[in-house]
This record gives sequence, structure tokens and C-alpha cells, in this order.
Amino acid sequence: MVSTDYKKDFPLLLQPDAGGLPLAYLDNAATTQKPRQVIDAVRNYYETFNANPHRGAYSISVRVTEAFEEVRAKAARFIGAADPEEVVFTFGATDAINQAAQSYGEQAVGAGDEILISVAEHHSNLLPWQRLAKRTGAVLRYLIPDQSGRVTTEELAAKLTSKTKILAIAHVSNVLGGVNPIGELAAMAHEKGAAVLLDAAQSVPHIPVNVRDLDVDFMAFSGHKMLAPAGIGVLYGKKELLQRMEPARLGGGIVEEVTQQDARFLDAPLRFEAGTQNAEGVIGLGAAIDYLEAVGMEAIQDIERRLMDDALQELCAIPRIRLYGAGDAEERTGILSFNIEDVHPHDTATILASHGVAVRAGHHCAQPLMAHLGVNATCRMSLYFYNTEEDIRRLAQALSTVREVLGFEP
Amino acid sequence: MNLNELYSQVIKDHNLSHHNKHPLEGANVAVPGRNPSCGDEIELFLQIEDGVVEDASYTGIGCAISQASVSIMIDLVRGKTPAEAKELSRLFLAMIRKEPLTSEEMTRLNDAAALMGVSNMPARVKCATMPWHTLEAALDAASV
Repeated sequence: MVSTDYKKDFPLLLQPDAGGLPLAYLDNAATTQKPRQVIDAVRNYYETFNANPHRGAYSISVRVTEAFEEVRAKAARFIGAADPEEVVFTFGATDAINQAAQSYGEQAVGAGDEILISVAEHHSNLLPWQRLAKRTGAVLRYLIPDQSGRVTTEELAAKLTSKTKILAIAHVSNVLGGVNPIGELAAMAHEKGAAVLLDAAQSVPHIPVNVRDLDVDFMAFSGHKMLAPAGIGVLYGKKELLQRMEPARLGGGIVEEVTQQDARFLDAPLRFEAGTQNAEGVIGLGAAIDYLEAVGMEAIQDIERRLMDDALQELCAIPRIRLYGAGDAEERTGILSFNIEDVHPHDTATILASHGVAVRAGHHCAQPLMAHLGVNATCRMSLYFYNTEEDIRRLAQALSTVREVLGFEP
Repeated sequence: MNLNELYSQVIKDHNLSHHNKHPLEGANVAVPGRNPSCGDEIELFLQIEDGVVEDASYTGIGCAISQASVSIMIDLVRGKTPAEAKELSRLFLAMIRKEPLTSEEMTRLNDAAALMGVSNMPARVKCATMPWHTLEAALDAASV
């Protein structure tokens, strides 16, 4: 049995939904709920040491600066980075990828070079590279995932060339949930001299991730998908790469010296953190990492696997359902896309909502993947460790009513 | 949320019937309608002759609400002048915005009045209104 104890830490999950039912929140790939520990940490910051980090000499500014840098070290440890200076705070994964594409991409890519991404990428790991290719005259090429939604080493071998300068790929597809074999893919890319950026927005919150084991050059993830507030994320970058990059954004807090005609920037990571930083977000991220580590990332992966086994069993039993991606829960995380025959996903999501079940419907910011799958949109349920077998049971029960509500044969 | 109010018999019938869902051979206006966030995609065809919408049809995919809305709309505007069709569109969009309509105006909306429940569901409003915005674009295109 999966423990149901975690929900008690999440005030929102204890509230009844609009219809008076408890909420079965199954949209965790979009954003996660926040535990009391994170909410309290942010409130405590506002109530006791709100100040601008890296600025003042007075006690609360010193305190927030220390706390800010402690979270940087904590985040570095959490992802297995060698050095806290390899962790740049950003607005989120989107911002992190945009900065990497601009700061690293424009120096590394030229006309005729190739950028490789997968057709399953979220638009946030597609559009920055599309623009980079257009601006530099580089070619944007696409890897095609296999039936299970994963990019294989064979597929990479077929597309990787000596012109490939960047491989930008998601660890876990936000639609299909399959886990890409990043360690092997990154080693192959490095052999050809390409840098590797990992979009870890859907993996860092759910499975143990170690940047040194995977040997990626850059990695992006968002706080709000791992219990922390929105508006805070991380760009991990290997130190020697970060040191050679110009900041994409310019402003206060990033310079050693500015004259009328020139500027010298601070070392990474501060050179990438222009403007007043989201200290409350950083404090919240620190509390979120503490919470996740207390549960244990392996335990989280285990809980989600068991729930996913359940979900696959329950959903496979629904008449006229189509599932997308892998059937085997060993190689996927807690994301599952599906459609009910004849029914548009938005109607399905509306009907589920009337049962207090929250899922996402649409193209999931992955239109090229939708086109590749030959669908217009899908429903997506996505788990976190606080979900329960009861949430899955309610999803399945509500799904079994969908065709009838719309007047189709069951 | 009352599902029967949203997915009423009229809505279900229009979603299932597809009687207006086909290309239109004599069409002189064809205009696409999209809800990018939902993935509703239609193509609206109008055949306007002698100042009258002689016939209309649509193709494409979308949720039950958008499909029912476009089908009901086509039944309503067939045989109307472009000005009458625009007036129906104005009434429909006002109903969805919860503006008060007279009982005579509601009667003119006929089956489209079945979509009133959508006005209580902000997440679905665009599904119901997209076909009508598409109609307005088509009528504008025809008048040029």
C-alpha cells in the first residue's frame, strides 16, 4: 500500500474542490502543490529577514545573502554538481534554456552547424533553438522518439554529425513520460564535440538526477514543479562553460566595474543574475529540496512507479481508451497521455473536473509532437508522491462515464 | 458543475449529427477558426448569393461545445442576410458574456440558447464563441 500520509502536509489537498468533493490533483506535470513547510519558510522569510541579497551591510541583508547562497549549495548537492558556482538561479526552466541558448548558443553555433533536438520537446526547449538556428544560419534537426516515446542511441547515431554543436533534449517528455537514456546520449554527443543541454523540468522533481553521472553540460529545471514557488528555477552549467559565456541579461549586481564605454562582469554564477533576485523563491526552493530529501528521491520514484502500475491497469480496462507512449512503468515517470475514442480531450477534462479530478487537456506546449503522433490534443494525467490509489480509482471511475455523458455508446 | 446543463440534449445531438460537417462545393468564402490553446480547428464555408447566406458548412475538429456551437450557428444563419447573421452573432456573444437579453432575443437564438450554460465556465467560453468570431470574419471577408 502506498502511504497516504503526505497529503496532510499539503493544505490545498485537504480543501474540498469546487463541487464539494476532495480534489484528486493529477496535473503535477503542470505544477505541484506546496507543503506547509515551504509555505512557512516563505512566510518566515517575509516576517523575519526580507531584504535584498548581496547588497546591504545590515543584519537582515547579511542573513538573506547567507540563506540565498546556502540554497545554491543545497541545489548543487541535490543535483550532484561539483560546485555551487555551477548553479545559476533563473525564473524557471524556460528562462534557463533561453539564457543558455542565447549565451552559449550564439558563441558555439555558426552558419551550417547543426542543433539537434527531439520532436517531443516542450516548446520551451524548441523555440529558443529554432530562433538560434534562424539567427545563425544553423540547421535545426529533429530526433524521433520510438514507440515508447524515448529517443534511442540508434536514432541519435543516425542524426549526429561532426557539424552537431548542441544536443538539447528533455530527460522526460512532458507528454509521454518516457525517460530518455541521457547518459548514453550525452556520451555519444560529446564524442562528436557537441554540448548537451538537458531539460530536466520533468525529471529532477521525480527521480534521482546527478549531473556528473549523466555528464551533461547544461541542465534546466523549475522550482514550481517540485513543491517550490513559481518564478524560481535553475540553470546548471559546467563551470568552465559558464565562465566563458556572456550574460544574456544585463543590469545591477553582475559587474566588477562599469565605465562609460565598457563593463567587466563578475564570475559565474552572479554574472547571470542581473537585477534584484527572487529571494523568497530561493528560500522556498531550499525548503522544497529539504522536503524532497526527507521523503527521499528513490522513495518518490518508487511511489510513483507503483501508482503508475495501478493507473495503467485501471486505464487499460476502460473501453475505447487510447494510451500514448510506453506501457511499461519501469522506464517511465508518472505522466500518462490518453484519449477516449470520439471524444475531444477538453470534454473529457471537463467531465473529469465535475468529478473533482484535475487533469490537463490540450497540446501540452508540444505541437510538433502532437503532429508527429497524428493527434490534435490529448488528456494527460501526471502524478506526484502525494497522490494515492484512491486518486487513480476516481480518475478511472470518472473516465468510464465520459462517452455516455456525451451521448456515445459506452 | 452540472454536466447535463452543459452537455444538454441539443448540444449532444448537434455534436453527434455532423449534418453541417462537410466541405461546401458552392462556397465563395472559406475562413479558418482556431483555438490555439485547445486545439479546436475549423474551416467555415459560406455560400453568399444575392445578399443571402444561401448555404453554409464546416470541417475540422474540436470539442463537443465548439462542434455543437458551429453546427447550431450554421442552422441559424442559413437563409439570413449577412446583416441578420451579424446581429445573431452579436446576440450570441452578448448571451455568453451574461448580458441580459429579452425573451424575444433568446427566441431568435433558438438552439444556440442551449449554450448559455457555457457562460458559467470560463475555461470553455472560447470553445463556444470561436465559431461565431469565425463567422464574423467570414462575413467581413465576403463584404470586401
